[in-house]
Amino acid sequence: MVSATATAPYFDTFKSRAEAANAEVHHFLTPADALAFILEFLRSEGVQDAPDFRAVWADCPLLAGSDKEKLRASVPGLVFEITREACAEAKIGISQMDWGKADTGTLVQDATQVEKRLVSTLPLIHIALVATGKILPDLPALLTVIDPRKMGYISFITGPSRTADIERVLTIGVHGPQRLIIVAVDELGGNL
Amino acid sequence: MRQQFKDSINKALNNPNLTGALVRFSEAYRISRAKAYEGIDFEAVRTRIAEIKSYAASHFDELADRFAQNAEARGAKVFRTDDPQKVRDYILNLAKENGVKSIIKSKSMASEEIHLNAYLEKAGIDVQESDLGEWIIQLAHQTPSHMVIPAIHMTKEEVAEVFSDCVEPGQAADISHLVKFARGKLRTKFLNADMGISGANIAVAETGTLIIITNEGNARLTTTLPKIHVAIVGLEKLIENFEQITPILTALPRNGTAQLLTSYVTMITGQVPNTDGTPKQLHIVLMDNNRKQMARDPKFKQALQCIRCAACLNVCPVFRLVGGHVFGKIYTGGIGTILTAWFDELKKSEDIQSLCIQCGNCVEVCPGKIDIPALILELRRRLAVEQGQPLVQKAIFSVVNNRSLFHTVLRAASLAQKPFAKQGLIRHLPMFLSEMTEFRSLPAIAETPFRDQFKSIAQPKAQEKAAFYAGCLIDFAYPEIGEAVVKILNKAGIEVVFPNEQTCCGAPARYSGAYETAAQNAQDNIAALLKQDVSYIVSACPTCTVALKQDFSSTFESLGMTDRLPQAKAVADKVIDFSSLVQQLVNQGRLRLKPGQQLGKVTYHDSCHLKRTLKADQPPRELLRQAGFEITEMYEADMCCGMGGSYSLKLPEISAPILERKLHNIKETGATEVLMDCPGCLMQIRGGIDKDGAPIKVEHTAQRLAEQFE
Repeated sequence: MVSATATAPYFDTFKSRAEAANAEVHHFLTPADALAFILEFLRSEGVQDAPDFRAVWADCPLLAGSDKEKLRASVPGLVFEITREACAEAKIGISQMDWGKADTGTLVQDATQVEKRLVSTLPLIHIALVATGKILPDLPALLTVIDPRKMGYISFITGPSRTADIERVLTIGVHGPQRLIIVAVDELGGNL
Repeated sequence: MRQQFKDSINKALNNPNLTGALVRFSEAYRISRAKAYEGIDFEAVRTRIAEIKSYAASHFDELADRFAQNAEARGAKVFRTDDPQKVRDYILNLAKENGVKSIIKSKSMASEEIHLNAYLEKAGIDVQESDLGEWIIQLAHQTPSHMVIPAIHMTKEEVAEVFSDCVEPGQAADISHLVKFARGKLRTKFLNADMGISGANIAVAETGTLIIITNEGNARLTTTLPKIHVAIVGLEKLIENFEQITPILTALPRNGTAQLLTSYVTMITGQVPNTDGTPKQLHIVLMDNNRKQMARDPKFKQALQCIRCAACLNVCPVFRLVGGHVFGKIYTGGIGTILTAWFDELKKSEDIQSLCIQCGNCVEVCPGKIDIPALILELRRRLAVEQGQPLVQKAIFSVVNNRSLFHTVLRAASLAQKPFAKQGLIRHLPMFLSEMTEFRSLPAIAETPFRDQFKSIAQPKAQEKAAFYAGCLIDFAYPEIGEAVVKILNKAGIEVVFPNEQTCCGAPARYSGAYETAAQNAQDNIAALLKQDVSYIVSACPTCTVALKQDFSSTFESLGMTDRLPQAKAVADKVIDFSSLVQQLVNQGRLRLKPGQQLGKVTYHDSCHLKRTLKADQPPRELLRQAGFEITEMYEADMCCGMGGSYSLKLPEISAPILERKLHNIKETGATEVLMDCPGCLMQIRGGIDKDGAPIKVEHTAQRLAEQFE
């Protein structure tokens, strides 16, 4: 764990707001640290090559620099071929988000590619990578980078899926993930 | 009022699950909403929303054209119609053409408005709601009791029973189990659905984008898994530019569920890939269903500024007692009353409009700056025009309007009540009138009305004069309040005059939709008041003050009597409520409170019109503190007492529990005295305290201040 750097002035706010929305936030300096954390997390969650125990990982910049075969060998049950069937029976989904929005602790993604949506909607746990340098202060700042004319499906995600429809009792995890694990990485590219 | 409607009210009032859940929610909501708005300028946000939505409502055709053009350029099909039947047919045909057997829905109130589910089910298609609350009530064959929390009236035991009966036997009444169970069952439905139907919270014309806001994640699945996505969007969801989403996304989650942002915000522009890589069919239905007609109505256009947050339900003292079921099947609460009148028919609002007690709580929280109580009054007026007033009401107003007859009747009543009156209060009335005194005593009619007492008050002559507008309650029931006002103003060197031709302020008529009567009252009063050469027109009744200051003009405007407006303004300019005037006089040094007094602990009740319409909740508090009273604030001091003028006579079953809560909150402070600025509230609260027997004095601020000046 490291503290927020000068390149990520909004990280602290982002973290506290995301945690207030029941997300779990982890912060790393390098992609290698983040990767190590994720692999360890997958193992600790009992990921294995069996229905309901797999992890699906949608293509993303962090993966681009990694050897997928090696990763698969290190955690059996880790799947990189994203289909609805694979995601429907996966326990964990992993994807990289494009931006953060600090004032509400929100992650934002151009999710036009359906794989990005499948891994973040169907599994019980969603691990979301984000570059701390891509965390913006608020919606007006975000509107300068997201453009619906170029992005068919933009997702804002704030904490896990929730409902209070029965007796007004907050219950986490209805149709979407029960847990949102945010992995914020300083050296993942992106700079304000 | 139809008996069936009264029955539905009584059923709701006697449902402790419903009332308990709604009251707890409304109490928590007030606090959590305030917290969610920390650091946000709500007034600025809602001013912006009102501008954006008002502009959109003036340009529906243009924005719909642009939206359609931009969405279609991205591969969507946009279907526009003003006919609900054509919407149903379009979707059914689409389903048939594509061999759709099962449909999954995320929340769409527009689809409920046109009873789409039943239509599709009749054609043999399986239609499942996926929002948890909507699914529960769909299974239970019930209707939503709240626009945002549809099943708030049900306990976990009832939900477990519904799941056990309709889905799979043996479900335990454990909330986290029930939620998990719903996830599992609906997951299968999601994966097998051939079509997804959603609503949208915003439709951006400039980009052809739909924006859907949810917490559960069901909209993401609905718009991702099935190969066909149909979005049903009311025209009022249109906005012009993408950047305009900012104030709406700021207010909607904070007002709706007291969140900074919901778990998910989804922005869809055109076709996106299906899970098999094919392009998704996206059909967007832009639904009119009388919205354009509404936009052309100068009064009701503002209702299209609604963003469906349901805050008006959450702060409503009546809604939290009766819940949504009494309002009808889809849109509930204050805004729901208005939407029902337009999207269904005016007649459907006939009973439910009477539920509004005109307290104005909703106006303070509405993110679209909609004056909901004023629009409900306008419904009342139009209903009265269309259907005529009830005969009894007509008879009453014909008496009220004729001042000398009104005196005679009230004096006769004053004599007739003698056997029932004791210490200035009527505790029981015979037979059919007994309902009026069931939960509170009524004031006895004063033997000598204030207008006659006034003549015997010896006043020092003074240069400056103020006209006192008494209003019916002070004139006929509480002349002592009038005496206190005169006494205080005299000390400031102001001579009080009492224009004898003053008559009822017209509020009872106006609030009953009888605008012609209200206009007659306004004209009589204006004539009486303009005869006097005075610096102020002062009233010790906030409702009368609002009538004189605002309602006269507004009534004339509604009736097209614009030639009367300058005179109405001449009166309005001089009108001031008692406490505000006295505070001015104290600040100017014309009145001096006796120094160093310790007058003990009191609590203060905010009258709706004083606090929310006149925004004068502080002057009485400051005066009382300066005089030496210690004010212990009660819980929900600014919540309506349940009086609402004739409301307490028309709907005593609702007025009584609201009063009961108020009495409880007063007693909790431990104060032996409760003060207020409104004789209407005084009548309600004093009557309630008398029935209750608590040793608490109930007085008007003027009475309590009368002896405190040097």
